[in-house]
Amino acid sequence: MLDTLIDRIRAAHEKNTPLIIQGGGSKRFYGNADEGEVLSTRKLTGVIDYQPKELVLTARAGTPLAEIEALLDAQNQMLAFEPPHFVPLPNPLPLAGEGANDALCAPKPIYATLGGSIAAGLSGPRRPYAGAARDFVLGVRMIDGTGQPLRFGGQVIKNVAGYDVSRLMVGALGTLGLLTEVSLKVLPKPATEATLQFELDEAAAILKMNQWAGQPLPLSATSWHAGLLTVRLSGAASAVRVAQVRLGGEILNDAAVFWQRLRDLATPFFDKCPPTSNQILWRLAVKPTTPPLNLGDAQWIEWGGAVRWLARDLPVNILREAARNAGGHATLFRGGMPTAIHDGVFTPLAPAMLTLHRNLKQRFDPKGIFNHGRLYPDF
Amino acid sequence: MLSPAFLSQLRKLLPPHCVLHEREDLLPFESDGLAAYRNTPDVVVLPENEAQVAAILKLCHAEKIAVVARGAGTGLAAGALPIDGAVLLVLAKLNRIKAIDPLARTAVVEPGVRNLAISEAVAQHNLYYAPDPSSQIACSIGGNVAENSGGVHCLKYGLTVHNILRLRAWTIDGQLLDIGSESLDAPGYDLLALLTGSEGMLAVITEVTVKLLPRPERAQVVLAAFDDVAKAGAAVGNIIAAGVIPAGLEMMDRLAIQAAEAFVHAGYPLDCEALLLCEVDGVNEEVSADIFTVREVLAASGATEIRTAESEEQRLRFWAGRKAAFPAVGRLAPDYYCMDGTIPRAQLPHVLKRISEMSAEYGLAVANVFHAGDGNLHPLILFDANQPGELHKAEAFGGKILELCVEVGGTITGEHGVGLEKINQMCAQFATPELTRFHEVKAAFDPDKLLNPGKAVPELHRCAEWGAMHVHGGQLPHPELPRF
Repeated sequence: MLDTLIDRIRAAHEKNTPLIIQGGGSKRFYGNADEGEVLSTRKLTGVIDYQPKELVLTARAGTPLAEIEALLDAQNQMLAFEPPHFVPLPNPLPLAGEGANDALCAPKPIYATLGGSIAAGLSGPRRPYAGAARDFVLGVRMIDGTGQPLRFGGQVIKNVAGYDVSRLMVGALGTLGLLTEVSLKVLPKPATEATLQFELDEAAAILKMNQWAGQPLPLSATSWHAGLLTVRLSGAASAVRVAQVRLGGEILNDAAVFWQRLRDLATPFFDKCPPTSNQILWRLAVKPTTPPLNLGDAQWIEWGGAVRWLARDLPVNILREAARNAGGHATLFRGGMPTAIHDGVFTPLAPAMLTLHRNLKQRFDPKGIFNHGRLYPDF
Repeated sequence: MLSPAFLSQLRKLLPPHCVLHEREDLLPFESDGLAAYRNTPDVVVLPENEAQVAAILKLCHAEKIAVVARGAGTGLAAGALPIDGAVLLVLAKLNRIKAIDPLARTAVVEPGVRNLAISEAVAQHNLYYAPDPSSQIACSIGGNVAENSGGVHCLKYGLTVHNILRLRAWTIDGQLLDIGSESLDAPGYDLLALLTGSEGMLAVITEVTVKLLPRPERAQVVLAAFDDVAKAGAAVGNIIAAGVIPAGLEMMDRLAIQAAEAFVHAGYPLDCEALLLCEVDGVNEEVSADIFTVREVLAASGATEIRTAESEEQRLRFWAGRKAAFPAVGRLAPDYYCMDGTIPRAQLPHVLKRISEMSAEYGLAVANVFHAGDGNLHPLILFDANQPGELHKAEAFGGKILELCVEVGGTITGEHGVGLEKINQMCAQFATPELTRFHEVKAAFDPDKLLNPGKAVPELHRCAEWGAMHVHGGQLPHPELPRF
């Protein structure tokens, strides 16, 4: 399988054929539109090594995320960055007050793979408290744009030999090479989790999220939407119980479904027809203490205040400026009309940074065959 | 040698006291923490602000003069070793804490701020900066970023790369890079990760935004003795398999235990082959639950003695021996050479056995101190530099240990960096295509190879020469390279 991929990439390099790297197809909506022949990793599957005592798992890029998570689950371990799957739940339960019209939403044959999750670099609700996808990557095997197989990092937790090319691949959206194998640090699952809800306005909720994060509390996720602050606690049963008593609030049943749907952006707020409607969704990453942005009611806050989702269309310059003033950046996450945004769905880079990006792209993929334009329109 | 014309241009950029050129002023800068490598710099510049840093870089770029950036000089891999004909750019005077935001849990600091000074400055808010390299009272944050420094708490709290949010850095041609953001991610490639641990080869950092954590409510340590190193190694895996991620999990072998005990009288048991220190921290109830689990696992793993520190004073005493391990071992011989390999933990018994065999071959004693939780091994090779040939022998032995780490699936450096010290062993860890990509990454930032040239990534001809001396099982490494 690997040889086939290498041959195809070499041929594409020779002939300047653009390729689109695709795994399970769950994140096709993400990034700018790209064109080319599909280079599928679907057959590049299998867990190569998993040592629960070493907290390290290595698998081929096309391995379904669900398969990896099931394997970890059996050892009471997990991917702590809670990667999104963006696939329909087997039996979606409507959340209180909402109701996805499941009858209208035909299931799609898509799933998330390990390689796609790492290439997209997306993380779920646990991210501010446990770390991001990039924080758990220990090593990769990849094929660059000339068809050269390469190996960076390794399977040990501490490793500072050479530049950290493994982490450079996280979030590069495949523009620097095809990931063929990834080694990740995994963590034990918390013994207990409990989810609490509080009726609070937006400003008060943002303040609470930040104040609590500065205290020794076993926080593992936070969310605010429509006047409701939702907080997850994870840890030893006794620790969760004590924190629960201290914080108060109402216990949310079915919390696992709540967080899973937030992870996959699969509530009607995000998506009336999960997982692939064309509903506009902006993601503003900001300094977590940023006060309410006053960009309208259609908003969902998570990551301790560091991410503000907007489910409405606003002029791109207004959103980019609001995010920049708040120390961050704005992404048209889903449902974009690419023609309306000439410089792409991601915040444009400053000139010196753009030059470095082009230089790096040129070194890893000299003919620009991988996912051309997916990250930034000109490479 | 630098030309008088260049030096006079340099003097125009900085106040007189910020340019050192007299031999006696240069001597303190001739080595970093690895004193076996020395070279007197041609000139030392100590800029006092970011604008001066940018001006120095622009001048050096225009004149094609190399630049070696240096922080506090505590590095252990000769990464900041001066290079002939280069400017030594010392960032120690950029030492202001520019902002602390207790609610957002961040601090904005200049590169010369000491690691521990950050935690001290934010202690009033009950916050701290987690990475704690053993040199934390002296080492500075700029150097921590350059080396991706770790410490004893890495397994739970991560390395420098996991604890910084944003950098201001300058390319060699004097362009400002604003990397990362005040949020939790940034658009484009993860240059924050790429720059962290890049050993001053890609850019010069002038500002770091660090992430702060709430101080744990409680920390408690358990000490366990074992009559067999392999049993202690297995116990480490068993603790993790039981679902506990200790804040610190350290192991010492017999020689290290005895040296430490003789030095600081920590009360360690002396009739054992290995000692484990397992610290758990966090919320009060979580610590109670974890301590219970850890004690059970240690007992089941065959510990001959288990003690739990009952007071903060006792906790500090348990740690005192481990923290003094390096100087304690230093009392056993005139010199010691500290290695820094990382291995998959399961390989520990095999690696320790091989190290002890090699110790006999080379006739040099070794004490082993081990960040057991994350597999980072620090063998300390004892030698006497005044005995002709002993330094060379110690270096050769050290090189063999690192190659052994690579052989068992590990790495030549867990936290100290490659610098100049481990440059040959990079040839053992990486093949030509990867080394070529490393050079290309550098070229993307610094095509003229002016930032810290010759460090961290070996030139391919160097690997060819090194490989010629290291034929392993009839397999010549880098066989595709020409040899003359």
